[in-house]
Amino acid sequence: MMRKSLGERLFDYGNIIFLCLLSLVTIYPLLYILFASLSDPTYVAQTRGLMLYPKEITIAAYKMVFKNPMIVTSYLNTFFYVIVGTTVNILLTSLGAYALSRKNVMWSNFIMFMIVFTMFFEGGLIPLYLLVNELNMIDTRWALILPTAISAFNLIIMRTAFQGIPDSLEESARIDGANDFTILFRIILPLSMPVVAVMVLFYGVFHWNSWFHAMIFLQDRELFPVQLILREILIANDTSSMTSGVSAVDAMPIGETVKYATIVVATLPILCLYPFLQKYFVKGVMIGGIKG
Amino acid sequence: MAKLEKEVTSFNSKPKNKMNSFGEKVIKDFKRNKVIYLMVSPVVLYYIIFQYGPMYGLQIAFKDYTPALGFLQSPWVGFEHFKEFFNSFFFWRLLKNTLLLSFYSLLFAFPAGIILALLLNEIRGGIFKRSVQTITYMPHFVSLVVIVGILFDFMARDGVVNDILVFLFGGEPIAFMREADWFRTLFISSDIWQNVGWSSIIFLAAMSNVDPALYEAAKIDGAGRLKQMWHITLPGIMPTVVILLILLIGKFMTVGEEKILLMYNPTTYETADVIGTYVYRKGILESNFSYSAAVGLFKALIAFTLLVIANSIARKVGDTKLW
Repeated sequence: MMRKSLGERLFDYGNIIFLCLLSLVTIYPLLYILFASLSDPTYVAQTRGLMLYPKEITIAAYKMVFKNPMIVTSYLNTFFYVIVGTTVNILLTSLGAYALSRKNVMWSNFIMFMIVFTMFFEGGLIPLYLLVNELNMIDTRWALILPTAISAFNLIIMRTAFQGIPDSLEESARIDGANDFTILFRIILPLSMPVVAVMVLFYGVFHWNSWFHAMIFLQDRELFPVQLILREILIANDTSSMTSGVSAVDAMPIGETVKYATIVVATLPILCLYPFLQKYFVKGVMIGGIKG
Repeated sequence: MAKLEKEVTSFNSKPKNKMNSFGEKVIKDFKRNKVIYLMVSPVVLYYIIFQYGPMYGLQIAFKDYTPALGFLQSPWVGFEHFKEFFNSFFFWRLLKNTLLLSFYSLLFAFPAGIILALLLNEIRGGIFKRSVQTITYMPHFVSLVVIVGILFDFMARDGVVNDILVFLFGGEPIAFMREADWFRTLFISSDIWQNVGWSSIIFLAAMSNVDPALYEAAKIDGAGRLKQMWHITLPGIMPTVVILLILLIGKFMTVGEEKILLMYNPTTYETADVIGTYVYRKGILESNFSYSAAVGLFKALIAFTLLVIANSIARKVGDTKLW
């Protein structure tokens, strides 16, 4: 072990200080929202500059969020889109990834080319909108599930993972009379759990955070996901739907904290989930598979 | 077992058989792999309907589409819509905004991920490294709606950033989100804030594959940390950098349109309006389907051309390539 020179030690300290600052800058806006959502509304309305801790902790804003039928409905809708959407995603992606990872299948290269091509050239927004319209899917839940049923990128990642599994395992199963469905669901998928977990996270986060397709395909507010409601509250700055029944004087400050509370409610579930899968990310984002 | 043997014998005796015609090959392949084809069929169906369907629908770019007449019956108009777009007042503004945002993102956001990976790579394992990673990945999982919502909140006239700026430097608060001059800065810096951690992952993975013996040799030769970074780590991750660069150039015409739609407003159109957002306004909001499909097709074609050019340059210069 060589002793570190002065320059190296300075570099190390500088590096650590920089990374600490970066972490602080990254996390502060999120903490601010958490603090503000837990604080007294009038205090939040008056406060200037940095807020370093919640002031006069109250969960009034959260009570209001969960009493609001619009937010509750949209929250349940989001759960629906995430669960059904991700299930469809994983099912189709693993079927495709498995089929296209087999050897000696005549058309698999052609199909793979068809899939990869769509990553680099696409019909675009307007033809997709008209297609969904022709299929009578406007204002239905299908519009948020079917057009995004598979991501080519994720399919490639999964296919690469499946290709890495030794043939011997499935060969013995095949001798025992297992067909391809059994091999996929009983052998390949259980062996690829880390990749499947990352895929579930990627697809799940995509559905959870998605708003654009909901905006163009849905008019019925009963079908809106929570992100679309958040957009009204945050971007259009329209908190009126949430503060009905509150006197006009109180409405403004309470609207502010309810805004923050809605963000927390709509963001926290995902933020609690990803650290558990962090060690698998590398496998998930490896694009080495692109060249397959 | 019997099935396997049959396959083996049929493979071995291939040359002796009469020449298999293409049709026979197809039938044989289909019989042998029918379960595989059954499995892949929903996937193929998805791609035909939802990916190639819209590509087929792009023909409306050359037609005067009306919903009553449908895709096929609407009359052809040739390049009318393209001409209209190229001659429109917005064309150069849209092209400039799109390319500039992509260029700035390439210039600032792309290296940011590499730099963070280099710095993280200098820290050996441990809880500190993991915490920094967990924290910097976090905003990647926050929705764009919330990210832009935070921007509006923090950058407002009475927001946190203005409070701090006025406290430190005095002067008047700036309405950042309403100033066209601030749009690009806010767009790129919030993008870095959200994604720098996430984009560092792939470079860190590439760095972990660099041969440790190279570092040992460099140390013996007296190379310091910065020299090792420059002469070993960076060249070691070059193939990854090149692949990502090609992919980025393939996305050059698509510049976070969803985020812009959330961020911009008529006062910032001058710098914020890009081809993708224009397509949305013309097509979805104004139902000008054929015209906006033509603009969209123009965008897709340029993007594809850029990708092909980037790939062929990479092929000539080194051996890293996408295909």
